[in-house]
Amino acid sequence: MKTLNRRDFAVDLGLALAATILLPVTTARADDNMEVHIDNFVFQPAELKIKLGTTVTWMNRDDIPHTIVSAGKFRSKTLDTDDKFSFTFTNAGDYKYFCSLHPHMTGMIKVE
Amino acid sequence: MSGHDHGDDGVSRRKVLECMTWAGTGVLWTVTGGVPRSLGIIDSAQAATADAPGMTFLQISDSHVGFDKPANPNALGTLEEAVNKINAMPVKPSFMIHTGDITHLSKAAEFDNAERIISQTKLDVHYVPGEHDFIDEEVKFYRERYGRGTKGQGWYSFDAGGVHFIGLVNVVDLKAGGLGNLGAEQLAWLEDDLRGKSKSTPVVLFAHIPLWTVYPEWGWGTEDGGRALEYVKGFGSVTVLNGHIHQVMQKVEGNVTFHTARSTAFPQPAPGAAPSPGPMKVEDAKLRSMLGVASVNFKQNEQRLAIIDTPLQG
Repeated sequence: MKTLNRRDFAVDLGLALAATILLPVTTARADDNMEVHIDNFVFQPAELKIKLGTTVTWMNRDDIPHTIVSAGKFRSKTLDTDDKFSFTFTNAGDYKYFCSLHPHMTGMIKVE
Repeated sequence: MSGHDHGDDGVSRRKVLECMTWAGTGVLWTVTGGVPRSLGIIDSAQAATADAPGMTFLQISDSHVGFDKPANPNALGTLEEAVNKINAMPVKPSFMIHTGDITHLSKAAEFDNAERIISQTKLDVHYVPGEHDFIDEEVKFYRERYGRGTKGQGWYSFDAGGVHFIGLVNVVDLKAGGLGNLGAEQLAWLEDDLRGKSKSTPVVLFAHIPLWTVYPEWGWGTEDGGRALEYVKGFGSVTVLNGHIHQVMQKVEGNVTFHTARSTAFPQPAPGAAPSPGPMKVEDAKLRSMLGVASVNFKQNEQRLAIIDTPLQG
């Protein structure tokens, strides 16, 4: 169990909505496993707040390959359609990341 | 759209804009008296080519060999169709440039397949890489094949027909939130490369991502492209040839003509016309009409550009 502050709740609600709309098979999941989808050259959600130790999995749902790169922190291989990349966050902090092929695509993981 | 609209007497601005919504698999360029003029690849270009003296060259782009999704399950096939059209030309061009994204995923087999088809033109091909050509694990397949004799990440220059050609790489070391990138090392090389060149030498710059800002929201531009353009400011004739956006766009700014070529693989939407720059899904019957061929005709000291677009089919 965890306590939800208002902001966490809003993020979770947003995720739940996104999951409902974009990925009906995804069910609510524990905090140690979160997903970010790439649709239409956009990371969804663009910003994600997670607890220490959480694993985030990115999935490319575009017809064009993308990458997930956080300078000095992590770098995925090239993800073709439906490919996934996971990273477990073991240090608190803000992780800015982007697609090195389409650098206008940016996202943020906040680990507390 | 056919060539009859685009005689030597030029073309109305309206017609140019109209044509810009179409695109081509390749562009035929000819150099007469040291000034590059584009004549268009295939049918409509042939009459002009037959009596045009000087050097001609082709531009193809974004063949994305390995792409197999809607609207084109066979990008290798449409590349072959473009090559067949090139081979059917009555006058053989001097050489060809390929402005990148040869492959879709930088796989060795994709490079090999592209080479197998493109070599059927029996033309020298001068390549620059697209971002899709640098995504193999070790980033070595492009360089092994096309990096010989190049500088840095693969840039180089050469002279042909009295024109100075410069191939630039703007798909490496891209910064979060940014656009295409040339980088300080390449810009220094470019400045040096142009030093001492007569200002009357026509210059052709070619690179994958447009060197001018087409639509930054989709990353269609080059962060430091303006720096490169500063170095060619004093030259009388400058032509910038790019790919990446899978559609024809043109603009003229003073002595500089900018042109983007079409893909041989799949169309992409006009800027802002779709939620993303991803492949346009069009009906099978319509695909080849959107992979038509394009040509540009331009003359020194004239602001007007004539674009001839001939669909691959229809």
